[in-house]
Amino acid sequence: MKVDKELIKRVAENSRLNLTEYEINEFLPQLKEVLENFELIQKAPTKDLEPSFQPLEIKNITREDKIEKTLSQEDALKNTKHKQNGYFKGPKAI
Amino acid sequence: MIIQHYLKDVKKGNVSVKKTVKSILKEAKTLNKKYNCFNVISEDLALSLAEIQEKNPKGRLSGLPISVKDCICVKNVESRAGSEILKDYKPPFNATVIQKLIDEGAIIIGKTSQDEFGFGSFATNTNNIPKNPLDTERATGGSSGGSACFTQLTKNPHVSIAESTGGSIANPASFCGVSGLTPTYGLVSRYGLIDYANSLDKIGIMSKKVEELSPILDIIKGYDKKDSTSLNVKVKQDNKIKKIAIIKETFEIDPTIKDAVLSNLKDYDVVSLPSVKKYAIPTYYIIAMAEASTNLAKYCGLRYGATLPLKGNFNSFFSEVRSKHFSKEAKRRIILGTFTRMAGFREAYYLKAMKVRTLLINEYKKAFKKYDILISPTMPIIAPKFSEIEKLSPLENYQMDILTVGPNLTGLPHLSVPTGAIGKMPVGTMLISNHLQENKLIEFGKQIEKI
Repeated sequence: MKVDKELIKRVAENSRLNLTEYEINEFLPQLKEVLENFELIQKAPTKDLEPSFQPLEIKNITREDKIEKTLSQEDALKNTKHKQNGYFKGPKAI
Repeated sequence: MIIQHYLKDVKKGNVSVKKTVKSILKEAKTLNKKYNCFNVISEDLALSLAEIQEKNPKGRLSGLPISVKDCICVKNVESRAGSEILKDYKPPFNATVIQKLIDEGAIIIGKTSQDEFGFGSFATNTNNIPKNPLDTERATGGSSGGSACFTQLTKNPHVSIAESTGGSIANPASFCGVSGLTPTYGLVSRYGLIDYANSLDKIGIMSKKVEELSPILDIIKGYDKKDSTSLNVKVKQDNKIKKIAIIKETFEIDPTIKDAVLSNLKDYDVVSLPSVKKYAIPTYYIIAMAEASTNLAKYCGLRYGATLPLKGNFNSFFSEVRSKHFSKEAKRRIILGTFTRMAGFREAYYLKAMKVRTLLINEYKKAFKKYDILISPTMPIIAPKFSEIEKLSPLENYQMDILTVGPNLTGLPHLSVPTGAIGKMPVGTMLISNHLQENKLIEFGKQIEKI
């Protein structure tokens, strides 16, 4: 796989990050080196092994669908500057 | 004085909680000027909790001062996980561990400094860098650096609540010469923890003496319906340690560290864990970064944390906020994590890493059929100087976790115990047990600790 500036730009855009040219130049050799290290796991003998998405087996936990106390509107909005009439106010969607 | 003695004195009315809390707050403020161990000292909260306990001591931890890693939410106290993007965020709720501690009478004294979101091995990836209590030119280790630093320095009764994803409790405990317990994955609720990587994060404890860990673990562990990965199991208590082994590959390091660890041990076998040595670092970092990149998607300047004036469409606004307020290391990890999850790469990196995790769990489990405790040095080096850390590349930084990522990746409980020193710098020994066998670790830790 080819790791180049174009790939970094594409991944950064997917991650909602604007990287400067300086950052891209700095990251390129670093990311190449790290991804090369990641390649090591390709050799690991994992035939017939199931993936462990958690380190211990955890069963699905379900709960009753009933109304419980939750954060008040006031508390939920306490940490934002962007609010209006009891709602979050966001940037333009279109 | 160990905390058990202090707690007894509080119960008997021999000691004033208010005086103790005022004393530790004053100490924290003084030490913080030199060592940067706190992001916030929560004086108002601590004094109001002390007032309650002074009048009516109640609970198993009545009057005990506790510091908390910045990434664990404390109601109405800035909790920013060492990050700029969560600046001024004051959670409207307590994490489950915090609520449990307060319900038992503990006094929360402040939020300790750490690498941003836990992204680091030296607590240097942040704007408030803690300094090693034994040599201020050296790092505390990370990411729970502030917790280890203050635990070492305080003269008051105290424990710290820390958190580990890939070694963030054991590493600074080792570098600062304190005890650090990382419990089994899922034993302690993660509700209210500002996530780094959900399948790896574990809340744990730091203390001066190993025996101080038990009363705290008893309180913070247990099933929590608010955490979907919380374990709901009954643990059979068994403290008997029949056989121990050292992990062969982990001693292929600096001979002075090797000797400092081995000189405390006797009657051990040697076990080989070749796959852990070969694959743990890349497997850990693939999983950690993939999960981190999804967790960090929620920081966009809208509902909490640092922001900018509303401008442009939502994509450009979110990107502006994130680019301005995430540090370089966070950006690197977001990019690497996003890459390993992208179509075309997911199978080769993310899914493969999950399978390698199974391989490593099986390797450890095989060893635990024969041994109660596996032993390694906690870190391959003593606490490095800041000037040495600056020269490390990102990959060299990640490789510092070579000894701690194994048990973290596999959710195994582990305890770093101070067992020696090179010059004045501490060396830690790491004990690893099978899942849910924390008691054995504490039992054995008491036998070998040296402080």
